[in-house]
This record gives sequence, C-alpha cells and structure tokens, in this order.
Amino acid sequence: MKKERIDKKFGMVIDLDACTGCGSCMVACMAENNVPFKKDETNKLDSITWMRVYKLTNKKPFPETEICYLPRPCMHCEGQHSGHSPCVSVCPATATDYDMDTGIVSQIYTRCFGCRYCMAACPYHARYFNWWDPVWPDGMEKSLSPNVSPRMRGIVEKCSFCFHRYQLALDKAYVKGRRELKEHEYQTSCTQACPSGAITFGDLNNPDHQVHRLVKPDNRHHGRPTAKNAFRLLERLGTNPKVYYLSSKEWVRRAGDNYLDNEETGKPLNLMKELQPEPH
Amino acid sequence: MKLDRRSFLSLGVGASAGITLSPIPWKLMDDLSIWSQNWPWTPVPPDGKATYENSACTLCPGGCGITVRKIDDRIVKIEGMTGHPVNNGRICMLGLSGPQLLYGPTRVKSPMKKVGEKFKKISWEEAISEIVSKLDKLRSGGKPEALACITGTDKGTVPELLKRFLTAFGSPNYLRTASVNDSYEIIMEQMQGVRTIPGFDFENADFILSFGSGIIDGWGSPVRMLTVNSLWKEKGVKVVQIEPRLSNSAAKADKWIPIVPGTEADLALGLACVIIKKSLYDKDFVNRNAVGFENLKRFVMNKYTSDQVEKITGIDKSVIEKMAVSFAKASSPIAICGKGQGRTPGSINEFAAVHALNALVGNIDKKGGVFATLPPDYIRWPEVIMDGVAQKGLNTNRIDGVGSKNNPAGYLLNRLPKKINSSGKSPVEVLFVSGANPCYSMADTHAVNEAFDKIPFIVSFSSYMDETAKKAHLILPNHTYLERYEDVPVSANIPEQIVGLTRPVVKPQYDTMNTGDVIIRIAKSMGDSVKDSFPWSGYESCLKQTLGGSLNKLARKGFLIAGNPRSASGKFRFTPAVINSDARIEPEGDANAFPLILIPKDSMRLTSGFIGSPPFLVKTVSDTVLKGNDVCIEINPETAKKNNLSDGDYTVLSTPKGSARVKVNIFDGIMPGIIAIPRGLGHTAYDDYLAGKGINYNSLVGPVEDPVTGLDVAWGIRAKLS
Repeated sequence: MKKERIDKKFGMVIDLDACTGCGSCMVACMAENNVPFKKDETNKLDSITWMRVYKLTNKKPFPETEICYLPRPCMHCEGQHSGHSPCVSVCPATATDYDMDTGIVSQIYTRCFGCRYCMAACPYHARYFNWWDPVWPDGMEKSLSPNVSPRMRGIVEKCSFCFHRYQLALDKAYVKGRRELKEHEYQTSCTQACPSGAITFGDLNNPDHQVHRLVKPDNRHHGRPTAKNAFRLLERLGTNPKVYYLSSKEWVRRAGDNYLDNEETGKPLNLMKELQPEPH
Repeated sequence: MKLDRRSFLSLGVGASAGITLSPIPWKLMDDLSIWSQNWPWTPVPPDGKATYENSACTLCPGGCGITVRKIDDRIVKIEGMTGHPVNNGRICMLGLSGPQLLYGPTRVKSPMKKVGEKFKKISWEEAISEIVSKLDKLRSGGKPEALACITGTDKGTVPELLKRFLTAFGSPNYLRTASVNDSYEIIMEQMQGVRTIPGFDFENADFILSFGSGIIDGWGSPVRMLTVNSLWKEKGVKVVQIEPRLSNSAAKADKWIPIVPGTEADLALGLACVIIKKSLYDKDFVNRNAVGFENLKRFVMNKYTSDQVEKITGIDKSVIEKMAVSFAKASSPIAICGKGQGRTPGSINEFAAVHALNALVGNIDKKGGVFATLPPDYIRWPEVIMDGVAQKGLNTNRIDGVGSKNNPAGYLLNRLPKKINSSGKSPVEVLFVSGANPCYSMADTHAVNEAFDKIPFIVSFSSYMDETAKKAHLILPNHTYLERYEDVPVSANIPEQIVGLTRPVVKPQYDTMNTGDVIIRIAKSMGDSVKDSFPWSGYESCLKQTLGGSLNKLARKGFLIAGNPRSASGKFRFTPAVINSDARIEPEGDANAFPLILIPKDSMRLTSGFIGSPPFLVKTVSDTVLKGNDVCIEINPETAKKNNLSDGDYTVLSTPKGSARVKVNIFDGIMPGIIAIPRGLGHTAYDDYLAGKGINYNSLVGPVEDPVTGLDVAWGIRAKLS
C-alpha cells in the first residue's frame, strides 16, 4: 500500500559545536510540558528530564582536556521500518505509538500501566518513570499549562517533540484554510528557547526545511545522515533516530557510538550487514 | 455430590484456566491502573483563553525582552521576545523559570514585622507609620546620616527614588552592591575620560581575548553573549580564553590557555610588550588619539618581556607571542576581563592592562570595538529640596569612605561590615535593602551577618524571603517584575542604550506594593521638607512624567533604543600611574598553611546574585556539582593524588575564613593546585528546593581591597584539603 502524499518526518538537528551546555533547553522543556520537580533532584536516575544535557570529555589530561555538551531529547526512532521503534514494539498496552503521519513517537499517559518495558528497551535512557505523584508547592500549580496533562505516579513519560504545539499550529492553519504548516509554525519549546541557536527542528522529508539541508538524510538507508560532521547516536544499532547531531570534532562523533579500538568513526558495522533488511 | 480429590483438582484447574482466559483479570488490572491514575490530587490545569504579553525580564542585568503566555489570568510560560535587540526570541533558564518565582513558596505575602524571632503579618499603614516614626527620630536627633540604603542597581526610577529619598532626608549613605562594572567604570573614566560602562561591539569583532570572562557562563548580558558566541562560530571569529579552569567558555573557545590565577595583568602587559616590540600597534591611533604611550612602552619593555611573563604566568613564551600577534593582526580584536559572570570587581591594574590592549590596536570608538556607551539619561526630576538637617547630614563623611582621598570608586559596600563591626554602636541605625541580598552575596558571610545583627532597624523591600529579608525587622514586599510597572535600563556592555519596561502581566498575587510607591508614601508621611521633593501622587504617575512621550512607544514595543548613546571619548590615556605591577592581587592566607587555591566557578544553571535559583534551575545542576546536600569541588587528578583523595571521597575544605565538608570530583580540566567550587549554593533562606544545599562560596572567602580603588577584588583564597 503506497500513499500518494509524502509523510512528514519531524526531526531535530543539534549542532554540538554551537551548544554551550547552558541548559535552557532543559528548562524550556520542563516549563512547556509541566514536568514536575522534587526537593532533591541529584539522583539523576529518577530525575525526570525529557531533555537532558550530557557532558562529554575527551578523557585527556590537563591541559589537553576538552568538553562537549550533548542535549538528548527522545530520538523518536523510526526503527528498521516505520513504527519499529524499540519502545513501541515492546509496549503491551499500546501506550506508546509511532505516528505514521509525523514520525513522532507518542506516549499516552492514561494507557500506560507502568510495566517499564519501554524503558528497558530504549537505548537512549530517554524515558522516565514516575515513582511518585508529582507535587507542586502551594500556589505553583497556577503555572501549569493546560496543553499537556500532568502525569501521575506509576507511568512512563518522555519527550513528545511538543506534539501539542503541532496540534495547535495545525488548528490555526486549518482556520486560515491551510492544510500544510510552514516551517516556523511548528517548533519545539527547546528549539525556540536555545540562546545559541544550536537546535534546528523541522520536517526531514522536506528538502526546503533547514533540518534536511543540514544533515541530508539518505532515506534509502533509513535517514542515515550524509552531510559532513553529522551523526546519530548509536547509529549502528539500527534504531534510526530522528535526532541528528553535528560536530566538527572527531572524538565527539566517536563518542556517539560504541566503536572497537580498530574501527573507524562513522563506519557501518560489518557484522550486521547480512542482518540489515533490504531498503524498501 | 462427593468432592473427591480428582474433582477438586479439576475444578481448581478449570477455574484457574477460566479466569486466566477470561478478560476479567485484565479488565480489573486496567480498571485498577486507570483508577490509580485518577487521584483527585493530580492537578488538571484549567483551560482558558491563551494570550501573549510583552514585558522585560529583571532577573539579571541582561535586559532581555520576554513574551509571557497566559491562560486567562494565569502565567503558564515565559518565552523570549521576538525582535528584541538583546535576545531576539531566545531566553535563558532563569528567565524561563519566572513563573516559579511568581507563584513559588519563597514569596513574602504581606508586610511583615519581626516580633521576637518570628515575623508577624501587619498592614501597610502600620508598616509605613513604623518606619516614619523611626526615621523622624533620626531627623529630630540630628542624625539623618544614620539612615543607609543598599540596592542591587543604581539605574532606573526606583533606585533613583531611593537615592532621592536619602538625599532629601539628609544621608549620603546610598550604597550599591558591587560588580565587575565598578572596575570598568573607573577604567573608562581614567583611560577614555568618560565615566561609564563600556559597550563592546562583539557582533562585529573578529578576535576575542577573554581574561577569564565567562563569555557563555553568564558574563555581560547572558543571552546576547550566547547568541554572539554562535555568530562567532559561523563567521570563524577566533576566541581565546585565558583562565586556570576549563569552564564552558574555555571549552567552547578556539583556544584555552590555562594561566596561574592572579597573573592576568602580567600577561596583558606581556602581550602589550610583544605588540610594541614587533611594531604591530596602531600607530595612527596611538599618535593622534592617545597619550602616555611612551611611558607604557618603557614600562613593559623593561619588566614584561616574554621571558619574564612566561615565568610569572606559566604560559609558554611562544604561546604569548603567537597570541599577541594574532590579536594585533586581527582587524577588530576585543580584549575583555572580569572573571566568571563578573559578580565581583577586579584588580584595577588588570583592567587597565587589558583595556590598554584595545587601545594599542586602536579598536576604540569604532565598529567592532569598544564604545563609551552613556547610561540612558531620561530621569530629569526637579532639584531635591533640602532643609538644614538634610544639608548637615549630607556633609558628613560617607560610611564607606568614598569621596575622600581621591578615591575613584562609586560605592564601597565591602567596607560596611568592617565599619559596623569595629564600632561599639552601629553607625547605621536604619538600613533599607532593595533588590539586593548582601547577607548572601558579599564576601565573608560570617562578618556580614555579624554586622547586620548589630544594625538596630533593617527594612527589606524584597519580594522573596531571602537571607537579608530574614534578618530584617520589617519587610515591605515589592511586587515581582511580572506584577508591576518599572523601567529597566540595560547596562550590560551592550553598545546601544536600551530601556525596557516591565508591566503588570498579572494582578498582584499577594498583599505587596511597588517599592516606588512605598518610598513616595513614606516621604509624604514625613513631617518635614522631605515630602516636598516628592511631588508625584504615586509611582505610576512618577514613571509617566519621567518617561513623558516615550512611555507610549515603550509600552507598545516593550523596549526603546535611545538616540545617540555613544560619547566621543577623550584622548586615550595609557595611565601608567594605574598600571603598576606591584598592585597584583594575592589571595588571602599563608601559602605554607594553605598550599592550594580556591576559586569560584560560575554557571548558567545557578544564580548567585539577588535572585535565588528557582526549583527548575536546581534540578538541572549536575550530580558532579551537587549530590544530595553535598557540594562537589573540582580538583585535578594530581592534586587528588597529593592529598590522597579519590573521586567521590569526602574531605574537609578549609580556608582562612572557614571550612566545610565537601565531595571530591576529579576533573582533568583544572590546573593542579587549584580547587573550584560552584557559586550560588549554600543558601540558608528560600524554599526546600534551594535552602541547605551545598556551601556558600562567600562563606569561605574574605574581601581583599584593591590598593587603588578600595573595591573588594578577591578572586579566590588560599585553601587546604584534609
């Protein structure tokens, strides 16, 4: 079955050379999506951050040390075929699903019963479990947005690429009699906030969009980036994420996957060749 | 029917199979999970009409424009204002956290009076009459100078009203908290002849030499600096960062050059020496627009050759020479200083040496260079009316010693604790504190608190229950910036003169009052000439009259760029009197007893000024900075080895000012012998999301006065680990 119109594939490109690790994206996300906070957030295993900025170092001694920051939202993996994301394929409750129109991996809070298979399946630690009910200090509930439901204890949550913003933008466009969105009309909260302009968001399938131009995804190979310096996290795992990174530094690109000492950065995994299905 | 073993078992098996295969358990589990997710205490944010309003952020001096998203009368999000000259749609994490400050538990909800150890709610009438009676006593006793005031900024109508009140009252003791701009103001006056904060045209510069300035760690106007940093990357502008620690700014620079801390001035003079020796300086500028070049030349040629500077700074002389050449050969190079976020002033010697580099390459008053940007000049009020008491009071010596002995500094708040602690009775009898938290943010917290304990009557205008408000005898809470009108003149090294306007995006959430109104009301209640200097009916009418015709434009756009903000500087003076190598600032403490050096590290993820970090900020702090309530210090593996410490160990960090239990975080990107501790932690006030976490850097460090300016220019302190 082939559809006439080309599906959208929303994706993100993060320029690690520009990213300064300021963390605006993390708070922009929390403020947009009603992410709760606890009195102690220093146990990072149970600290809910849909967008988390990791600090990488090149592990060289003083003064050759270098730092690179790497913001990590949900990768919205496409998998080996559309919808075969690691988390979607294990969810027994269909609480997380792959939207064929947008490529966005959803999370339906009221369907989730907290088995956390998806968390085990996600190789990017992008999913978080609510061990406790969220508590906002008296009065601060006023700052909650009605566009995103606050989550309750016992369920999993993650980055949604601010899907509610997509819906709001579509509504607006429909009122104006348009069926298609312009590039700037749907942007995630982190993209909008980033003071360095390191995050770019848009439709990877649309050659006019900045994201497409930045990474030149090769759709015959599951969107593998062909632009210089572009890479995806754990590329060789075959999860085919829709979040791309740019870095001019080889050690950063190398940190994006698990390479053996004798392997070249960015080189596909030979072993897996026979297991890779034919492109369709 | 007889129930035998066989039928019992088959019934059991049948029942289990039946239940398993039926939808009942799954249905029950589903219902249970749905039921358990529908607790009434999980909030359901009410929907409503979404609107956007433009305003200005006041949480740091950066001066960003904000667009506030509202649902009915609730603020649900703050975003950057598109088209604003400072931040153009972008925003930092503190700006984003504004709603948490507005609705958070740290708000002071009504005027409060301290009774015993506790605060008691009182009415505004009671509060104002209490202050007025205290102030009347000072005036009738002929001691108006015993009133002092501390503010966080001295620009804008509210600080001006406070200043005016003190003048009309008869006290010269209006003080402001210090920052890097105190040093810059003095340097601009001494070298360019204009007392103002320099405006750096970073957008058009093509080489940046930063002497430890946290370009992307919150220095200057943070969002502008982050934006310009990306612009530099796009244009291939080289950034060289000189500091002993691999800060984010160093990590993102093209080159990080570690330096022995405290020797920045020597390096700058060393660079000047290379530039002069190789004849790479702008001869046209130096001959036509500058004086004192020959003195500088003699001075640096004599004492600051690359060999000598290599020994002092620990930087290879080939690196020094290469750096000097690239700086001088760039067409618009800018050298800046003021360590980290610029929370504290710096050695005047260092500022002079660094700024001399800008003049050597002739990058003054031109595109891509340094401008003498004048502060906006829109506050033109009638002369203050002073009676005899006021005149007598104003003729007394300033409590911080400014004004005597040609001291170039504007304010020396750092001298206040010592002055009070060394007097039997505090010379300050009534203290106003507005937009500042000196009990947290000044060096040597212990001495500062001791001094504040001696002041008989402290009035805090803080919206939040901060450390200083906790010490106050009376709190008259201001509206937050989201609930009030106020002008926000931006002075964060931006070459343009920008004025923003905050507006009441929501109605006041609590029984608070604009500090401007409070001052006018106090003045009007005073029984003498003080009230004559305040002809306005209230703060808003004062603001309207002050801004006149520009108010409409300001209100419509949210910001205003003033007409001709740049002053043509006078002849540049290479002021050798100020450049004096003997003025190097050494850290406090004995090198044998304290073999290591402690320095602070600034980050965009923690605030360290008047505003305490809201919960969202603390949440983003890494577990290598804060773990539980323990603060982590950064040390080099070599330092760790010498002190027998491994990563994650606990140890005691001691300085001549205090000691604290800390956790060790071993990090390659710090010079051996240096310890870095985050600034912005260790609060004793605010809410459970901030209070009691980590250690306040200021409690471990003491003030070190610059011999020329008297400003506290301590950049660190000697320390040991045990």
